[in-house]
Amino acid sequence: MAIPSDIETTFLFGRLNLHAIPADPIVWVTFVFVAIGGAGLLWLLTKYKWWGYLWTEWFTSVDHKKIGIMYIVLALIMFVRGFADAIMMRLQQVLAFNGSEGYLNAHHYDQIFTAHGVIMIFFVAMPFVTGLMNYIVPLQIGARDVSFPFLNNFSFWMTVGGASLTMVSLFIGEFAQTGWLAFPPLSGIGYSPYVGVDYYIWGLQVAGVGTTLSGINLLVTIIKMRAPGMTMMRMPVFTWTALCTNILIVASFPVLTATLVLLTLDRYLGTNFFTNDLGGNPMMYINLIWIWGHPEVYILILPLFGVFSEITATFTGKRLFGYTSMVYATVCITVLSYLVWLHHFFTMGSGASVNSFFGITTMIISIPTGAKIFNWLFTMYRGRIRFELPMMWTVAFMLTFVLGGMTGVLLAVPPADFVVHNSLFLVAHFHNVIIGGVLFGCFAAVNYWWPKAFGFKLDPFWGKVSFWFWVVGFWVAFMPLYLLGLMGVTRRVRVFDDPSLQIWFIIAAIGAVMIAIGIAAMFLQFYVSIRNREKLRDDSGDPWEGRTLEWATSSPPPDYNFAFTPVSHGLDTWWDMKRFGQTRPRATYIPIHMPKSTGTGVIISALCTICGFALIWYIWWLAILSFVGVVAVAIAHTFNYDRDFHIPADVVKTTEDERDRVLATLPAAQPAIQGV
Amino acid sequence: MAPILKRLTLLGALLALSACKFEVLSPSGDVAAQQRDLLVISTLLMLIIIIPVMALTVWFAWRYRSANRQATYAPDWDHSTKLELVIWAIPLLIIVCLGALTWVGTHLLDPYRPLDRISATQPARDEQPLRVQVVALDWKWLFIYPEEGVATVNQFAAPVDRPIEFTLTSSSVMNAFYIPAMAGMIYAMPGMQTTLHGVFNESGEYQGLASHYSGAGFSGMRFKAEALDDAGFDAWIAEAKESGETLDRARYLELEAPSENVAPMIFAEVEPRLFQRAVNMCVEEGKMCMSEMMAIDDQGGMGLSGAVNVAALTYDKYERRGTARPILGLEPFRVVGICTADELEQMFAFADATSNYTPRDVSPLRGRGLSEPQGIFRGITPTDLTQSTPQTGVDRNL
Amino acid sequence: MSQVHTTAPGDFWETEPHHHEDGASTSVGFWIYLMSDCLMFAVLFACFGVLGGSYAAGPGPQDLFDLNLIALNTAFLLISSITFGFAMLRMMLNDQRGTLIWLFITLLFGLAFLAVEIYEFHHLIHVGAGPQRSAFLSSFFALVGTHGLHVAFGSIWLVTLMVQVSQRGLIPANRRRLMCLSMFWHFLDVIWIGVFTFVYLLGMI
Repeated sequence: MAIPSDIETTFLFGRLNLHAIPADPIVWVTFVFVAIGGAGLLWLLTKYKWWGYLWTEWFTSVDHKKIGIMYIVLALIMFVRGFADAIMMRLQQVLAFNGSEGYLNAHHYDQIFTAHGVIMIFFVAMPFVTGLMNYIVPLQIGARDVSFPFLNNFSFWMTVGGASLTMVSLFIGEFAQTGWLAFPPLSGIGYSPYVGVDYYIWGLQVAGVGTTLSGINLLVTIIKMRAPGMTMMRMPVFTWTALCTNILIVASFPVLTATLVLLTLDRYLGTNFFTNDLGGNPMMYINLIWIWGHPEVYILILPLFGVFSEITATFTGKRLFGYTSMVYATVCITVLSYLVWLHHFFTMGSGASVNSFFGITTMIISIPTGAKIFNWLFTMYRGRIRFELPMMWTVAFMLTFVLGGMTGVLLAVPPADFVVHNSLFLVAHFHNVIIGGVLFGCFAAVNYWWPKAFGFKLDPFWGKVSFWFWVVGFWVAFMPLYLLGLMGVTRRVRVFDDPSLQIWFIIAAIGAVMIAIGIAAMFLQFYVSIRNREKLRDDSGDPWEGRTLEWATSSPPPDYNFAFTPVSHGLDTWWDMKRFGQTRPRATYIPIHMPKSTGTGVIISALCTICGFALIWYIWWLAILSFVGVVAVAIAHTFNYDRDFHIPADVVKTTEDERDRVLATLPAAQPAIQGV
Repeated sequence: MAPILKRLTLLGALLALSACKFEVLSPSGDVAAQQRDLLVISTLLMLIIIIPVMALTVWFAWRYRSANRQATYAPDWDHSTKLELVIWAIPLLIIVCLGALTWVGTHLLDPYRPLDRISATQPARDEQPLRVQVVALDWKWLFIYPEEGVATVNQFAAPVDRPIEFTLTSSSVMNAFYIPAMAGMIYAMPGMQTTLHGVFNESGEYQGLASHYSGAGFSGMRFKAEALDDAGFDAWIAEAKESGETLDRARYLELEAPSENVAPMIFAEVEPRLFQRAVNMCVEEGKMCMSEMMAIDDQGGMGLSGAVNVAALTYDKYERRGTARPILGLEPFRVVGICTADELEQMFAFADATSNYTPRDVSPLRGRGLSEPQGIFRGITPTDLTQSTPQTGVDRNL
Repeated sequence: MSQVHTTAPGDFWETEPHHHEDGASTSVGFWIYLMSDCLMFAVLFACFGVLGGSYAAGPGPQDLFDLNLIALNTAFLLISSITFGFAMLRMMLNDQRGTLIWLFITLLFGLAFLAVEIYEFHHLIHVGAGPQRSAFLSSFFALVGTHGLHVAFGSIWLVTLMVQVSQRGLIPANRRRLMCLSMFWHFLDVIWIGVFTFVYLLGMI
């Protein structure tokens, strides 16, 4: 598609006109499928009258459990989109040899790799991790909800808003063709005059507000809402990693917001922050974006370190080895993650002393990370390991992640980085840690906590199919990229002239197909499990012989999580409760104070998304109108003082009596608790 | 079965064939070779810990599987000071080694540092390096040989075993210059200048490429880098000088407009100081050079009158990248230069003189910032790596 | 290290009803929000630090700033912080009318600050020193403008709270909100002191 070099705008539609529809058959076919699928979904929802149910029970819910699940659903949907991009890239790189241009032109291909990066980081990994923290953290600390339930709902819908803007760019206009961090001057108005970068900016800004607020929310929750007796050093490791992650979110996302604001000013007002001329400095953007970007990497991985810790302790039936050093390692990583950003651009020519400083700080991070790996290892030592799916993912993670860690340290040696920077070696490295660490962790977490969320386990057969295709597929897909990087092949290349490279791209594509099968098997696993839910049912609320408080309540937990507040006397509170036979409190039930659902979050984020869309297309009247709307709705919301209610004692009693009845039907023995 | 086997052998043969393509692992330039060595040494250092971890993971996973009731089960064992000490100390020790290696390696292989050896066996001779000025254009590479007075596009040649000093910049967006067989990459950035030192040790034809995504034509931004013997290089220059075309400022501005998959070009003559003008973003007539602007800024700007010392940036507004009008901003404008041509000439000549070639560092195993060893090591200079005694009166640049 | 008990260390459930102090989370949360906002200003300050000398052969701070005007502006904002303090003191004494009066005075000073700032911006743009002219001016307008935008939103919030206090009185929810706004207002004051020092005073040296 030719990018209009001179922008014609109309009052009513800004620069939105018929040219905005991409002239690309691939996009049309996608659009037809999306339209048919979407229409079918709408029809189903209407036919079965699910709209009211979804609106009252889910969309407007302030329950952290439902919001957590919605985050993960969003992540899975966006994951399909992000993976479609990946497959298209793999196919292009297989075809574009021997004079062939492949099947994607530069305009389309460059959007695809940008969208792949943006979607996978911001709209897959982030919502997945946030969803997990949302669901698990309040349960693990024995709380009834997060500190600011309304804000939680709002944060979620802002993330959805950002994701929607990114998705809309597929069919209206274009997405950025700049790479996922949109380095200026390329992302400036001069070199990217059309809407792509604007979609990027506003998508991330809308979602970024949600992420920052959710970070503040969870941080306060962990600080203020812990159960009595749960001191900092008695918090489950997942909660610890969530705490550090949210500190990182709060302390790094404002930098992203500010940096993108400055880029926006450059693009809209013609200021000179990151321009070549008139005193601007594009390298400042690169520094700023990586000051956010490197902590972001740890925002993604830290919670999964927590997940692996929980899973290892549970499935080895053993206390976590070196809890204290695990905690200190996490805190070390949190602090150090702010001191390494320059390793993303050693090749800028900063001078040897600066480069070696940042190289060495980067290596230092590998020490606490290594300590963590050893801690999991020695948790397995003298354990009794049950190889259920979560544990299988954990072992696969340990074997895969160390390789990614090793290549990461290699890239931290500046002279070595000079020869593999920006190469496919680098691409292989970060996929190695993000897939091998973050994604494997997310899958482990889904298999581990699914029974808690829904009351039945996931089907192990399809889970194992998915596992093996994923793990083998990963190695087949990315080992060739390491090798290609060592042949001096650069990332983001669309057409190749050296035919001997093709074979490696073919192998990588085969790996990608295996991963596709793994993904399909995972969705099949969900489907089969839901169909066989009666057979897979778990009534105990504690299917894995868990150790932390989330297993102390029923599956799925009641709205109020715990009828009485649990008290912690050490690590692994639930394990202690079981050990001393205090699994059910006996007392008169009392009314429980809970927050009310509200639709304000949905409305404000919808208005924000519309405002973003209007700004992208220069539709000023709509931008002003929706912005005024945002302020007005927010103010109106503050006039509503009636935001909570009490669950009456007899409702609590009915729920808890039913739970007693179910528990009484189960076999009493808990075989894993030995030696008491 | 047989066809499959045949295909497998074919596949194997193909893989073996491409195995000789690992340019990063078997480069032909000394700098890249040293960088490769660092890559390999660091890998080996880390394998000391990676291999045991992977082995232990598999072994523990197998040994302590729940089906194996023979294995010890210690559900409450969660701490051992000795073990903790080991698991923090071993990575620490390895990182200490790697950190030392990094510090020394980074200083020795700093792309800005002139080479002190041509290859592992050959110390640097007392000769000026070949100077090449590189401009990343959309989307092709411009090479200017200032001393030879020729220029090329998407074509590069250099004599074997002679150090090359690249100075790089870009005309529009950020890019990175990379000849994997010669030396590591470095960014080329608009309005800025970077330096890279490298050398070829074997004659041959190597790939050169842009290794930082720069827009639509990025994939086609590659060139052949030829390493020739001295006679071959002289012949190449002579041939270039006969090609006839001249690269002056007007031609440069034409060349700067975006184009993709550009065939190699040769220019027999280059306007002097063209590269300096490219770095200072003042190839167009009347536009203020960056160096001039920075000198004025150092004096506190040009006052209120400077606010209006601007003119519309009209040239080729809708064809060339980089001159769009922001929707709510002003038309693109430039600051009008106030220096005369002579003053600019003086300024560039001065900048040239100060960046002149400095004597080689005679302490190759130390960083530039470290002082000479004292005590018993004093006076033991690794002479095999030092050839040129600096002239009297010249600092040794330690 | 092992905290393994052999006998139950105590009750594992709190069966007595207990009450969380309302609003304690809110002030912690608001503090954390302020710190994240502070980081945003840190980025803008850093940009000003890097770009503040890039005049692009245009005017510098000494050609543009009028310290007397800025001193007046600073006084407006500092006084508004004091008057907000008085409003909070009245709130402690449960004096709704006094609180409202002092809030109104605070609002007036806040608006005066904004008016002077808008005048200053208008003047700069008028003489050709708009945010497009140089990186120095871009970073100046971004930093000072972001602060001004905060004051503007603080003023809208202030008006909202005045309406809410007059409607419902000094109920705990309103007290909590006033406390948050007061932190916000003082925070902007602190930021302004940074702006005044680093942008205006240092620029005039």
